[in-house]
Amino acid sequence: MQSIAPQVPSPKAEIRRLGKVFSGAAAGTPAALQDIDLSIEDNEFITLVGASGCGKSTLLRILAGLEHHTSGEVICNGRPVSGPGAERAMVFQHYSLYPWLTVMENIKFSRTLQVNRENLTSSDVEAASGRAEALLNLIGLAKVAKSYPSQLSGGMQQRVAIARALMGRPQVLLMDEPFGALDAQTREVMHDLILHIHRIEKTTIVFVTHDVDEAIYLGQRVVLMEPRPGRIHSIYPVPLPARRQQDMKHGAPFRELKAEILKHIRESSGMATDLDLLERISQQGQSL
Amino acid sequence: MSATAPPMGSNFTPHAGAAKPPPTPSIWAIAGRLSRTQYWAFAALGLILPFAVWALLSASGWIDPVFMPGPGSVFARLGTWLMEDDLIADTGISVYRVLAGFALSAAFALPIGLLIGAFRPVEALLEPLTDFIRYMPAVAFIPLVMLWFGIEESAKIAIIFIGTFFQMVLMVAENVRLVPTAQIEAAQTMGATRDEIVRLVLLQSAKPAILDTLRITMGWAWTYLVVAELVASNSGLGYAILKAQRFLKTDTIFGGIILIGVIGLLMDQAFRWLHRRAFPYMHFKR
Repeated sequence: MQSIAPQVPSPKAEIRRLGKVFSGAAAGTPAALQDIDLSIEDNEFITLVGASGCGKSTLLRILAGLEHHTSGEVICNGRPVSGPGAERAMVFQHYSLYPWLTVMENIKFSRTLQVNRENLTSSDVEAASGRAEALLNLIGLAKVAKSYPSQLSGGMQQRVAIARALMGRPQVLLMDEPFGALDAQTREVMHDLILHIHRIEKTTIVFVTHDVDEAIYLGQRVVLMEPRPGRIHSIYPVPLPARRQQDMKHGAPFRELKAEILKHIRESSGMATDLDLLERISQQGQSL
Repeated sequence: MSATAPPMGSNFTPHAGAAKPPPTPSIWAIAGRLSRTQYWAFAALGLILPFAVWALLSASGWIDPVFMPGPGSVFARLGTWLMEDDLIADTGISVYRVLAGFALSAAFALPIGLLIGAFRPVEALLEPLTDFIRYMPAVAFIPLVMLWFGIEESAKIAIIFIGTFFQMVLMVAENVRLVPTAQIEAAQTMGATRDEIVRLVLLQSAKPAILDTLRITMGWAWTYLVVAELVASNSGLGYAILKAQRFLKTDTIFGGIILIGVIGLLMDQAFRWLHRRAFPYMHFKR
């Protein structure tokens, strides 16, 4: 499956002057995405963050091939993206596991697809089983291999979704707010797990979130986007050691970057709270 | 979680007289809970009560037994119907018609509904048409069906088909449309082809809901069976009811209706049992 090695190390994925206008959008509506330029390196963990409506999820879905862009180009692994494909697996926020399959069968789903198409030898099938077992151990769910998703907690379900996406050894793992529905404690556990997986599997990960803490803690680079039209505001390299630890969140580099990003998000969302104004209104209310 | 940890405030001692258990919430609370025993007690009450009222009414002598025979005489009639007349044959032919009409309907409705639910052009092509025909009362087709099929078995099956098929198509299409988008898109990003998504995701995901659709339409099939047997038949439970009316055998009418109810209930329960057997993952208690 190894393609001809390029002479110059090229980025894993490249987005050039990409634009997206939703069909049927009213005239005068700002573009969903405009002039996006982004290059994603091999084995990079990149996070996309921004106010709602900034197009971060749309950008991810375009990378996945689930949405079409209206201008510019997207190249993944040297080939233009024209539709969804196994080399760009995606983890969704929820409801993506197959409730009629056990945990193990869910993880092996992509394998089931291949078995239908190819004449696999028994050693291929064995290798796949070994891979599924290894992933199951990696996510720490070997004990529930035969359970159904409805028997698992939300955090466990997302672990299975991650393992299932990794099964086919994708070139890029796309994650669309995968921990958005989890409680804060489970999230932290999942953060360390996905960082561990990133180290072990050497996957390139593009991760969308609205949580700035999450974006900084996970990302090697944080792409800050802003809405109306959806575009990249700036790209921040995260000034933290490669091996992240929870207590780094209390250190100055983390807090400074977080303050900077949050400030931009508040401004760009047009939702910044004017505390002085609120104070004046409540005083007036009292005097009435 | 932490079973070994001492409980918070382990120096806490309960009041001497505070052994009263916490009050159990009322079963009449909105969206309240019933234990299994309580559930069956209410269910039995709901079934027995109408029979008791019926028995009392007929025993009181207020109502002429010609119009409303008591439960005793109805069950006696069912007994003689079984022993001396051909209850088994009447039931058999009716069940056969229902199953045949229903199976024919399902055989076409399942693939068509799946295609409507999966592909927009098929939806645009067939759904407005189906919706239109659905609003034509199936009963109004009976004269036409009799013209085309006479009063053969095919006529009864055709009426059941007309009565159930169009509803079933629309419901199956809706079952397929309700498959979560994330399930479909996850398969796409794992490299599934269109055909694989239909077979391995849409169909598998919608199956439990489709079985429920079949259970519900089975009830309608019985309704149209009786309609068909009332007007275009010389056998079956519906025909027996009609004949009994001509001879003022009210007990047979009652018996026939109750029997159809019981058969319907049994089939419904069979579908529910099948649902639990086929889709165990939907019946776990969390």
